[in-house]
Amino acid sequence: MPKTPAGTLYRGREGMWSWVAHRITGVVIFFFLLVHVLDTSLVRVSPEAYDAVIAAYKNPIMGLGELGLVGAIVFHAFNGLRVILIDFWKKGPKYQRQLLWSVIGLWFVTMVAFSIRHLSVVFGG
Amino acid sequence: MSTETVEREPASKIELAPGIGGGGEIPTFDITLKVRRYNPEVSDDAYWDEWKLTMYGTDRVLDALHKVKWEHDGTVTFRRSCAHGVCGSDAMRINGRNRLACKTLLKDLDTSKPILVEPIKGLPVEKDLIVDMEPFFQSFREVMPFLVNRGHEPTKERLQSSEERERFDDTTKCILCAACTSSCPVFWTDGQYFGPAAIVNAHRFIFDSRDDAGDMRLEILNDKEGVWRCRTTFNCTEACPRGIQVTKAISEVKQAILSRKI
Repeated sequence: MPKTPAGTLYRGREGMWSWVAHRITGVVIFFFLLVHVLDTSLVRVSPEAYDAVIAAYKNPIMGLGELGLVGAIVFHAFNGLRVILIDFWKKGPKYQRQLLWSVIGLWFVTMVAFSIRHLSVVFGG
Repeated sequence: MSTETVEREPASKIELAPGIGGGGEIPTFDITLKVRRYNPEVSDDAYWDEWKLTMYGTDRVLDALHKVKWEHDGTVTFRRSCAHGVCGSDAMRINGRNRLACKTLLKDLDTSKPILVEPIKGLPVEKDLIVDMEPFFQSFREVMPFLVNRGHEPTKERLQSSEERERFDDTTKCILCAACTSSCPVFWTDGQYFGPAAIVNAHRFIFDSRDDAGDMRLEILNDKEGVWRCRTTFNCTEACPRGIQVTKAISEVKQAILSRKI
């Protein structure tokens, strides 16, 4: 069967890519919550099983995974506030681009602070 | 009165190099035009067709398409009517973004790379750059894009202050080219969504002080597939060839639904 060559990707700007990132981080957070509900509910099955599962998380790979998770949550949270401002603040649509740069700035500051603390715990002990 | 002291004014304030200034002195350049072709009578698969053209600095993408159709390949199919950015027939995806071919100058694009022209996304392609606009116009009709007034027929005109007129001025500019609706990621995946253009045209009447059916239109757009599908990606605002602040208009309709205040 002959294959149709792909069309170009729509070249959206800041608004579209922030929405894509919002979707991806949202799905990532959803899958974390799924696992999180499962492992936390283990405590009702047996506290020992819960401790064993949580202990299994204490390795550098999971540590980096936690860093990624916090990165996703921080972006999703700040960008969520931006979306609320776009919908409810009169000047939101006009300043959506500047709002996105603020989101990225806040994300960066938060992540630098968190990384220093978190990575020193993960790799320090 | 002496005439000896009168100095002759130069013919033009702009200095032109000798030999320039006549007609046809517009710089030319070479472009590669790639058009996404599709003909269901021949094959179910789309393909890219390519032409090398020498174009002028004043030419638009539409002129390049005309040159191809008139001089190289008469089977290339696209819509255009006025060719001057008023009728809204020639919306297409140029280098990955929705534009009117008649308002996009070739010199503003990167001519060192091929210029890619594709049909707009989200509507069924019929042939080459022509899409079926029916789903788009269906949504447009559903928002009742006409004046509804239940008062007495006025003897003269229906009066309106300039502030009241200003309220919906931006959304009167729409030419229904579908550049906004077909730039919307929500519309690509969910054809049921009303789309930006229909909401813009609803906005034009919802905020018109002479119109009495605002509540009815808000009820129509308060649907699952109405304004709440908008994810504020701003693709529509960026794509609109008339510069309408589309996402802002959608936000205003959202707020009007919540507050029921027009």
